[in-house]
Amino acid sequence: MKKLLSFGRGLLTALALIAGLALWAVAPWPVLVGLAALVALWMLLTRSGQQAASVAGVGISTLRQRLGSSSVVVIGIAGVVAVLVAMLSMAEGYRQTLARTGSADTVLVLRGASAAEVMSTLDLASINVIEQAQGIARGPDGRPLASPETVVAANLPIKGGAPDQDGSVQLRGVGDRAWLVRPQVKIVQGRKFETGKREVVVGSGAQRQFAGLDVGKQIRLGSEQWTVVGVFKSGDAMDSEVWADAEMVAATYRRGASRNAVVAKLTSAKAFKPFKAALAGDPRLQVDVTTTADYFAKQSEGMTTVIRVIGIVVGSIMAIGAVFGALNTMFATVATRAREIATLRAIGFRGLPVVVAVMLETMLLALVGGLIGGVLAWAIFNGYTASTIAGGVGQLTFDFRVTGELLWSGLKWALAIGFVGGLFPALRAATLPVTSALRAL
Amino acid sequence: MKYFHLIWAELMRRKTRTALTLLSIVAAFLLFGLLDGVRESFDQAGNSANGAKRLQTGSRLSFIQPLPMSLNDRIAQVQGVKQVSYANWFGGAYQDPHNQIFSFAVASNYLDLYPEIQVDKAQRKAFDETRTGVLVGAQLMQRFGWKVGQKLPLQSTIFPNSDGSKNWNFDIVGTIAAADKKTGGWYDQMVLLHWKYFDDSNPYNRGQVGWYITEVGDVNQADRVAKAIDAISANSDHESKTQTEAASAANWMKQMADIGLIVGSIMGAVFFTLVLLTGNTMAQAVRERTSELAVLKTIGFPDRSVLMLVLAESVLLLLIGGVVGVALARLMGPIVSAGSRGAINIPPISGHSWALALGLMVAIGLVVGALPAIRAMRLNIVDALAGR
Repeated sequence: MKKLLSFGRGLLTALALIAGLALWAVAPWPVLVGLAALVALWMLLTRSGQQAASVAGVGISTLRQRLGSSSVVVIGIAGVVAVLVAMLSMAEGYRQTLARTGSADTVLVLRGASAAEVMSTLDLASINVIEQAQGIARGPDGRPLASPETVVAANLPIKGGAPDQDGSVQLRGVGDRAWLVRPQVKIVQGRKFETGKREVVVGSGAQRQFAGLDVGKQIRLGSEQWTVVGVFKSGDAMDSEVWADAEMVAATYRRGASRNAVVAKLTSAKAFKPFKAALAGDPRLQVDVTTTADYFAKQSEGMTTVIRVIGIVVGSIMAIGAVFGALNTMFATVATRAREIATLRAIGFRGLPVVVAVMLETMLLALVGGLIGGVLAWAIFNGYTASTIAGGVGQLTFDFRVTGELLWSGLKWALAIGFVGGLFPALRAATLPVTSALRAL
Repeated sequence: MKYFHLIWAELMRRKTRTALTLLSIVAAFLLFGLLDGVRESFDQAGNSANGAKRLQTGSRLSFIQPLPMSLNDRIAQVQGVKQVSYANWFGGAYQDPHNQIFSFAVASNYLDLYPEIQVDKAQRKAFDETRTGVLVGAQLMQRFGWKVGQKLPLQSTIFPNSDGSKNWNFDIVGTIAAADKKTGGWYDQMVLLHWKYFDDSNPYNRGQVGWYITEVGDVNQADRVAKAIDAISANSDHESKTQTEAASAANWMKQMADIGLIVGSIMGAVFFTLVLLTGNTMAQAVRERTSELAVLKTIGFPDRSVLMLVLAESVLLLLIGGVVGVALARLMGPIVSAGSRGAINIPPISGHSWALALGLMVAIGLVVGALPAIRAMRLNIVDALAGR
């Protein structure tokens, strides 16, 4: 019967713990502040709270004697949080770079069922129809703000790679409208390319990634030599591209008058629905219309999910390891302080303050670990530049982004690990038989 | 080994502590098993004996630029070439353009160059005879629940069909599987269709080829053959670039992500924490047993034996936890692969990974045990027995 009771109690504790963790996982930061305030009030205003505070004070003041074993909890949790935050910041940086590229009032028109710009083709007739559609904003010259563009993948030598080791870059052939449709793209060095010449401007990300993209240098794209005449910055995915005159790119890659896509600026985000309906209803066209915001969000979806899943799987496995490490340390702590705890209980301290004291100590260690891990991840990885193949076409450079949101979720993980790692040792401390603990050496 | 029961007794002295430490070690090596599998699969892509014998010839302009059909016969005449085949991207997607599937339109002799792709003889014959036939990777079949003999509607995200729509209909005539699960993760995930059918039905292709695959008779000739193939189209408007399959796969992987660096950093953090944690456990264990170790010395155990006892204990601890962890990774790998619907492919753990894992277990065990073991070795019997 006794065995059954204790088993039942253990089971209930475990179930309550799982439910609590699930709630905790979705909690925003004010919850933490609220909980901390509640605990502080309880400690100040009630008798058992004051007892808990004094016991916790004793435990925390003796932490220095247990520095070695306590640092295991701190460093274990710091490791989990650092790895987790670093992985998630990679996903976040990638997502943000692509998300910034699009907006709700610019549209991308591709041939039907194309997964990416590179795979689409639009002939001259279709382009003319699209440009005249309702809802496209007009430029200062009264012409529609629509930019037909050629997008190809070109090979360029990678910086620091072996000779003859090529990487893939997205080369965009554009006309004069492209600069109006994408006002965020600014020339930061040199000048724009001239129409009808084999000149290119390169994005700052592409310049970092590939060799020889400096102003005044010659590069080989296709079977021709081109001159780099400028560098542009846009702060989004365009940064990884190389831009040149649409006619010249089409000639080099034998595209004739066809283009890959039309990017257009609408009069407002509200104009999207009628614009889409108009193109869908036009018998001369077979096109897909998306806002650029949607298009780039979709592009980043798969990759972001994969990185996040990997981060969370890795983090969870590490967290399980850290929980066992914390349990180990806290059980040892409770064992070494068994006499002290038993003495407290013998002179009238109840179980709850003892439990809270042990829990608080673990949570404090976890908090320190979480902060160290978060700061480490932020110091090393915030703004760290990486690149990957995006949309199966060209290298995309992006920066890791350690946001406040991510640091908060890292801290949540840390506190959860501390909670689980402290709970069972705390319960043991409160249920130690007083007499035998007092006799313990 | 005759002291094994002693070591065992030491481990079992505090069952809770040993169990918790073991579980931390299991977690660390579970992670190692999973991540090292991923790293290996990236490293090994195209890196088989067959991969070194195959050359891939693509356009020098860009990997999406096709090459003319006329190259086929000219490549076949290059000295040292055993056979030539060619393929095209098809860019297939199932039901939704974003549900993309590795799909290639391949020449009739394509499979002859890939002995590591297993196809049932009768199914291969059916594929050769069915114009609209496709062979589908075993994992894809499972993922979508397709059956041999059914029709398979795919959208191409690149090429329209003869009727101008993107919808293509195929017949599944067989399955393909990788002979070697370690390096062939890709083969289980792809769809092969006939280049002939693709070229006939697609108004844009007009006899062009995405890339050529060439098998060379002698691996040492691969470089020379590659140069000779590229010389054929030098200074034309369709210059080519030829690499061994291994080099081109490695190049792609490198552009995807620096997996080695990511895995290395994560494992560094994990093992650093693990060393600290087990080190702490071992230090505690030796501290607790000071008087017992002194007794051992009193009854005549030499210093070196005491050192070995403690070292053996920590190495054994790591070996038990580590082996269980890697074995768990072996079990979990397929579950993770299935759970991510093929997005993350974790191959079975190779002998190489096992060896690395065992080496790490022993090394970490020695590092962790070193300090406590030296302390135990240098114990002064009188002081230790007096509890000073």
